[in-house]
Amino acid sequence: MDRGSDILDQAGVDAAISLDDAVAVLGGFPVLAGASVTIETGQIVLLRGPNGSGKTSLLRLCAGLLPIERGSGRVFGLDLATQRDAIRPRVGLLGHRNGLYGELTVAENVAFWGSTVAATSSEISAAMERLGVAARLADIPVHKLSAGQKRRTALACLVARRAELWLLDEPHAGLDADGRDELDAVLRQAAASGATVVVASHELERAGSLADRVVEVVAGQIREVTV
Amino acid sequence: MNGRWRIARLVAAKDLRIERRSKIVTNQVLPFAAVTMVMFAFALDASNLLERVAPGLVWLATMFSLLILVQRSFAVEMSDGALDALRVAGVDPVAIFWGKSIALAAELAVLQVVLVIAAVVLYGADLRVGGVVLLVTTVVLATCGLAAVGTLYGGLTAGFTGRETLLPLLVLPVVAPVLIGATRAMESALGTGGAVVSDGWPWIGLLAVFAVAFCAGGALAFGPLIEEAS
Repeated sequence: MDRGSDILDQAGVDAAISLDDAVAVLGGFPVLAGASVTIETGQIVLLRGPNGSGKTSLLRLCAGLLPIERGSGRVFGLDLATQRDAIRPRVGLLGHRNGLYGELTVAENVAFWGSTVAATSSEISAAMERLGVAARLADIPVHKLSAGQKRRTALACLVARRAELWLLDEPHAGLDADGRDELDAVLRQAAASGATVVVASHELERAGSLADRVVEVVAGQIREVTV
Repeated sequence: MNGRWRIARLVAAKDLRIERRSKIVTNQVLPFAAVTMVMFAFALDASNLLERVAPGLVWLATMFSLLILVQRSFAVEMSDGALDALRVAGVDPVAIFWGKSIALAAELAVLQVVLVIAAVVLYGADLRVGGVVLLVTTVVLATCGLAAVGTLYGGLTAGFTGRETLLPLLVLPVVAPVLIGATRAMESALGTGGAVVSDGWPWIGLLAVFAVAFCAGGALAFGPLIEEAS
């Protein structure tokens, strides 16, 4: 084992994410070209960078959806190369789509996702309460909700299925001012209760005020880390 | 295994609940199948010919309807990225395959009942008591095989552009053995063309092998296929 791997192993004990010179390829094109970063558990981290810089690829790599071609990486101490199946249940990735079933009600969607990890009905109710979708919205089919309400429902599903690492790609997109404020409050609450939140966003002012750290992704590399 | 079966039931219940609410099967697929049967009756306007080919027409209408059901089954997964979300959540792909196959089989079974009744009413097919066991066995095994093939190829094509045209191209050649076996077995059950019930049982063997192969093979292949296709 080389020195880099030793350092990564030591860092990986408490870190939610540890990447060391990670390379990922999509369609023959290197979307991550040697990314190195360590993100501690319970942090809210903003990923910023221009379009096509590799922010979404970094999120997908950490979710175990994109294979690591070179370098090494760990999520909660689990190897991204060999233990992706063990990583996935602990991670929630919310991209441009919400992963909801439009014909089902809010309550049915949250119950479905919670049931995939055998969550109890009280856990499912608590997830809905926490995201403010328990009372008025519970019995409304998802296709009738606004963009902000859908996003809150999707986050309730993440809570219900006990995701510990929240990877959010442009979570503020399509939300009005109130929806954005609500989302920020939810993310702060999630981090306070132990979840690690990584947000890729172009909305630097808003997401920056939310984040504990700002990480810059440029041309598939992490060039700058501002604490 | 318990967890896998629990997730499979969860996925099947979710799919059936969505269908019950959207009524796509009752309002679109069943009328489509019925119209297909009526069109066959118009095209083959000779009562003795219709009676003889009734089993084949039932299974052809089933194949066409299967394509719509499979498209629908995966459209609900793709419209808001739910299939991707299931993968990210690490939900067992074998359980997803079984769950979606069970839901599809249940919908196909309802369709089969309607089509057999339509064949009796429209084509004058003769449903004899002695052939009922053979007919039910045929429907059960063919439905299992078709549901497994449909789920497997539905998952494979779900992430592709042009999946609506790709799915029939891939599925129809694969289900040809079911079309042949189920048609011959049903001919024996209905006694068309002078066939007797005992002639149908060897075809049941073919349908059983097909169903077992695709239920088992499909479960193993589904995970890697949706991983590659997305």
